Formats: sequence, structure tokens, C-alpha cells
Amino acid sequence: MIKGLLAEGVDTIFGYPGGAILPFYDKLWSYRDSLRHILTRHEQGAIHAAQGYARASGRTGVVVVTSGPAATNIITGLSDALLDSTPLVIITGQVAVQYLGSDAFQETDVVGITQPISKWAYQIRRPDEIEWALSRAFYIASTGRPGPVVLDFAKDAQVGLIEPAYKPCSFIRSYNPLPEVNPASIAAAADLINRAERPMIIAGHGVMIANAEQELLQLAERADSPVINTLLGLSTIPTDHRLFKGMAGMHGNVGANYNTNRADVIVAIGMRFDDRVTGVTELYAPDAKIVHIDIDAAEFDKNITANVHVHADARQALAALLKLVGEAKHGDWIASFDRHAEVERVAVVEPEAFPAPDACGGKMKMGEVARRVSEATGNCAILVSDVGQNQMLSARYFKFTEPKSIITSGGLGTMGFSLPAAIGAKIGAPERTVCCFTGDGGFQMTLQELGTIMEYGIGVKIIVLNNNFLGNVRQWQELFFEGRFSNTPLVNPDFIALAAAYNIPGEHVATRAELDAAIERMIAAPGSYILDVNIDETDMVFPMTPVGKAVDHIMLNRNLRYTPDFNG
Amino acid sequence: MDKQLFTVTVYSENQVGLLNQISIILTRRCLNIESVSGSASSIPGIHKFTVTCYSDRPTMEKVIKQIEKRIDVLRAFLYTDDDIVYQEIALYKVPTARLVDGGKLEKIIRHYDARILEITREYTVIEKTGHSDETEALFEVLKRYDIRQFMRSGRVAVTRDATEQVSLFLDEQERRRPTGC
Repeated sequence: MIKGLLAEGVDTIFGYPGGAILPFYDKLWSYRDSLRHILTRHEQGAIHAAQGYARASGRTGVVVVTSGPAATNIITGLSDALLDSTPLVIITGQVAVQYLGSDAFQETDVVGITQPISKWAYQIRRPDEIEWALSRAFYIASTGRPGPVVLDFAKDAQVGLIEPAYKPCSFIRSYNPLPEVNPASIAAAADLINRAERPMIIAGHGVMIANAEQELLQLAERADSPVINTLLGLSTIPTDHRLFKGMAGMHGNVGANYNTNRADVIVAIGMRFDDRVTGVTELYAPDAKIVHIDIDAAEFDKNITANVHVHADARQALAALLKLVGEAKHGDWIASFDRHAEVERVAVVEPEAFPAPDACGGKMKMGEVARRVSEATGNCAILVSDVGQNQMLSARYFKFTEPKSIITSGGLGTMGFSLPAAIGAKIGAPERTVCCFTGDGGFQMTLQELGTIMEYGIGVKIIVLNNNFLGNVRQWQELFFEGRFSNTPLVNPDFIALAAAYNIPGEHVATRAELDAAIERMIAAPGSYILDVNIDETDMVFPMTPVGKAVDHIMLNRNLRYTPDFNG
Repeated sequence: MDKQLFTVTVYSENQVGLLNQISIILTRRCLNIESVSGSASSIPGIHKFTVTCYSDRPTMEKVIKQIEKRIDVLRAFLYTDDDIVYQEIALYKVPTARLVDGGKLEKIIRHYDARILEITREYTVIEKTGHSDETEALFEVLKRYDIRQFMRSGRVAVTRDATEQVSLFLDEQERRRPTGC
């Protein structure tokens, strides 16, 4: 197994040992110079770290844990990785074959549990299956729409002897990960784009996975088409590009959402029309012909019916499209986004990201913290965010100048994702600054991984946006449940003292006046650093498209619905 | 949306846990499996499942794509009854004394084109193959004679095509196979 991992180019494993995987760990000791093992403090931390590693590096993340409770502890990350198309190979120990099905100590039905939430799950019962299964696992995880693969590794298969002859897999009869680009669908797509008067490109995570950022930019510039991003698609186009018009979805930008329902052609690339993007699907993009480019055929017409399906890798599809798409100019249409953005700037962005020095009695807004941290990193850090208000506001106010710069739990919305994912991201992209934005709630779900940071000296910058509340739930309680804050206030420990126990430096940021200097110290610190930022608990994320409304039903604050006061 | 009976045929590699992979996709959408059967296909090494369930076409088309997304699945196809030739088999166990009483047995067997598999002093096992409305019709008649056990198989189905519908896909895939793989 280890020789196979080395043959696949693996240099880092995230894991946690235990009984049923002990033979593997014993051999791993002999390879400790060539195969680094990161011992997290919980198996959930291991899989989230592997997710962060995979998404920062573009390589397959590897997780090794034992059977039973260790296998069930990786379930959240597994489901998360499947939804967010993250390539992982997860090896779980399993009891010896003779004990399978007998409720043996630390036995659980791993294949049965993981089949619905993995791309492939297989139980290795004999040593002669190892190379076949491992090579398939890497091929399946990393090709097509990437995803997590589980290998349930019976203990007796770990100790048998075979003659190693590892060969990477490049073909599975029942699996076609790279469908050929269909010229007819490309021609139909190009025809729609060339005739568009109000085109819009929605670039998702698939653009990032396919390394299609250059082709995306070329298409946008050639067709003079505004580009909006899904949450996971952020950083596929620089945020300061003249054609970048913001984020789509519930807390996205006004122009992006409002004009979705004004566009006449939408080119959706590597995205899946998630309900947080579309709002009510029946009212989504009524005027638009939709071109859907995706490598996963099951996404076509799943949520939104498209006029043209391009079943292909995003990069290959865009390269083919570029041959047929002509130069165009859509100045008025593009300008309309900027007019929406101006209203958003005044109503939402200024108070959130540029508040007056004495606003909220000195307590800070999440948006201003995100903006200032982004600027302090020269807008070229990797943003790893948790889930909730911290996720939405950091996504909105971070700036991206380099690709592959956002790692967040988009599909599953896993609180506690960010800290371990940031650890993995820093290991996967050691040359980059990694900023972990989390809340006081999510931070406490996986903060045992501070121990991993301490042990391995991993330099992540941790920003705890602390409002002593489960802020996003509080927002919904405020807006939709008459302000009944059922179980959302938190009594928190001193996070800086806690971090200090792990030998991680940091500081409380009590008021706005202290923020800039604290951020400077954090960025200048040679290794990890933590800021505990005093956030105004009444802060809410806006704009907001309420659940059950059309994508262009946009609330600028709890009372004010957006209506353009210009002929837009 | 109108619900109707769909037949799903899934061609797969012969791997442990395939049926679970198919059924969980239906379970997620709360689709009840009306019948299921699995066997070898005419192509060596390739397994074939036939599942029936009531749903609407848009839902079933999404289900088919999600089934095909499973790595070990080669192809999945969606049919309505017009597209296929299909059959089921039913077994009925009835007390022999009740059946022979009155001399109705021969008439029933002939009329419903059924046959007798086993007769003892206590019971008679009758077999009927046909569509479900036919096996149900016989069930209604035999109910009068006190059915003690009953079991109907899952639907088995073949298409009106010349060969297995998966053949084309297999040919395309084999053309992709790198040398030495």
C-alpha cells in the first residue's frame, strides 16, 4: 500500500492510528523520511485538512484512519468532499475478514455507510487486491468530477505478502471521466453567445478544477461578457477585472443577482445551480437561454433546465468555444452592473466594510475585518473560511488576484471546517499566506487542531470573528423568528489564552482602533497567529435573497427591497 | 406531475454492493421499489438489474443519470411498458382439499394458463407467469380457495433492440482503452 502511495506521488498523509490500521502504521514508520504523516487531533480534522490540501494544491489528498469510530468520524468530511468535488483517497482500517459482520470490536459497515457519500467505496479483503484497488482509487478520485474514494482495508489484507508491481490506472471500462467535446453543442453554444445582447458568465468551482482560468478570461473578454462567480468559483477571475461583477446567490452582489433575471444568455461553467445560487428555480433567469458546461452529466437539467449542454472538461470546452466566439461589445449592459453596484456600495458595502471609526461603539463588522486582512496580504492570500456570517462576509470583502484562493465548505456547510482545512491548505501551498476566517461557534467545533498547528509549526493566520453568538442563526432568528434567540448566544472561553496554551501567539482586538496594527502584527508574524476580534453581534449579512423568493428579490437591509432607480 | 410505472435497467460490473448503490439513489428521492431482479446479462461479466417504480419522467431521468454516475455502473436505461417485453412469475400455495372440492381446479388452470408444480395431500403449488395484472387476476380467483402462501418475482425485461443496449457503450469504451490496460 505504501509503495503504491509513493508511486502515485503522495508525500503527505493526514491521519490517526488505531487498532485495525496498526500494521499499516508500523510499515509507515520505515518510510517516515519519504512519506510525511500529519497526526491531527481528531479524524474529522484529518479529512478536512486533506480537503484543504487537495484544494490548495490540486493534488489528491490522502487520509488514513482506523476502523469503527475513526471511520465514522470522517463521514462529515467525506460528504463535504463529495459535494465540493474534492479528490481524496481515504483508507480506513477494518477488522480481519473472519470478523466481518459479527459486530466485532470497532467494526462498522464502512462501505455501506460511505456508498451514498463517496465517489467509490471498496473493501480490500486480500493483499492481492491492494494495487488494483489503490490505483483505481487515485484514478477515480482525481479524474472527471473529482471526489472522495474510500478503501476499507481489512486487517489481514494488511499483513499478507505480495510481489509489488504497482501500475497507475488509466482506464476503467464503466467510467468515462473525460468525455469528448461535442462539436455540435459547442457550435450551438457559440451561436447563442454570438447573438447575445446581455450575456452573463457564471463561473464555478469547475473552472478552478479544470485550470481553465485563462480560457475563462479570454472568453469573457472576447464576448465582452460580465462574469459572476459562485462561492466556490471565486478567484477564477481577478476581483479587480473590469468584467468581474461579483458573487451570485443568497448573499451575493446586487448586480449579479438582479441581472441574472435580465440576461438573455447565461453561460454556466462548472457549477450546479445550487439552491443558494438560484433562489426559486421557477423564477430563475426567465429571459435567458442557458448554456451549461459541466463534466458531470447528472448536473444537466437537475435544478435548472439548460438550452445547450456541453458535457466536457471546462478547459477543453472553453478552448473549443473560443474558436467560434467572435468579438463583441456590450458596454451598456456592463454599465448597468456598475449602477447596481453603486447602490449596493452606498447601502451595504460602505457601512459594512468601511464603517465610521466610532460605529457600533468600536465593535467591528466582519466585512471590514475581511477587507483589511485581504489588503494587508496584498490581496493574494488563500481565504479559508468556516460557515455562516464569517463565510459570506469574508467571501464578499476579500479580494482575489491569484487563482485557487478560496477554500470553504460550500455544499455541505460544515461548521468547524476552516481550521483543519487551513492546516491542509498551508501544507499544500506552503509559499502562500493562508487566512482562516472562523466564528466563535465553528472555531470550537474543531479547535483541537491547534495541537496539530503547534506540533508541526504550521503558519496559518486565524481570525476568530467573535460575536459570542451563532451569528448566522441569530440573523435568521432576528429576521424570520421574531428575534427569539433560541440557543444562539455562546459563553466563550478566552481564545487567546487557549491558543497560548498551544504556544500560538495572538491578541484580542477589542476596538476598531486596534485592528490595523493587530493585523499587521499577525501578517508579520513568522508562523501561526490568532486574532480574537470583537464583532458587533447585531451585524447581519446583506444583501439577502430570502428563501422562497426569486434571485432578483434582493433585500438591502431587513426593510428595504432593492428596486433600481435607473433604467436598468 | 403524472406518475406512471417505469422500468429501469442497469448494466453494471459484477461487484459487491451494486444493488445498494442503486437503491440508495431511489431512497434519497423516496421512490418505492415496486419490484427488483438481477442476473447475468448476455454479455459475459456484465450484470443486469431491472427495477420498477412509480414516478414522473423528469424525476426518473435525473435518477438514471445519478445511477450512471456510479463508477461500477456501465449504463442505465429508462423504459415504459411499451418499450419492452417483460414478464413476472408468481407462485401460489393453496390447500389441495379446497381446490379439488367441486372440480374447479382443471378449469382454473386452463383458463389462466397456469401450471401445477407440486401436489401433496395438504397443498398444491401453482405457477403462473405473465404481467402483474394477470398474476393478480389469478390471485383474486385463488383467494376463494384460501391462499396460504404467495410470492411474485421482480419484473424481468428485455428490449426490442437487436442486442443488449449497453453494447454500443462498451464498444466506445473499448476503443478508448489504452494499450496494455
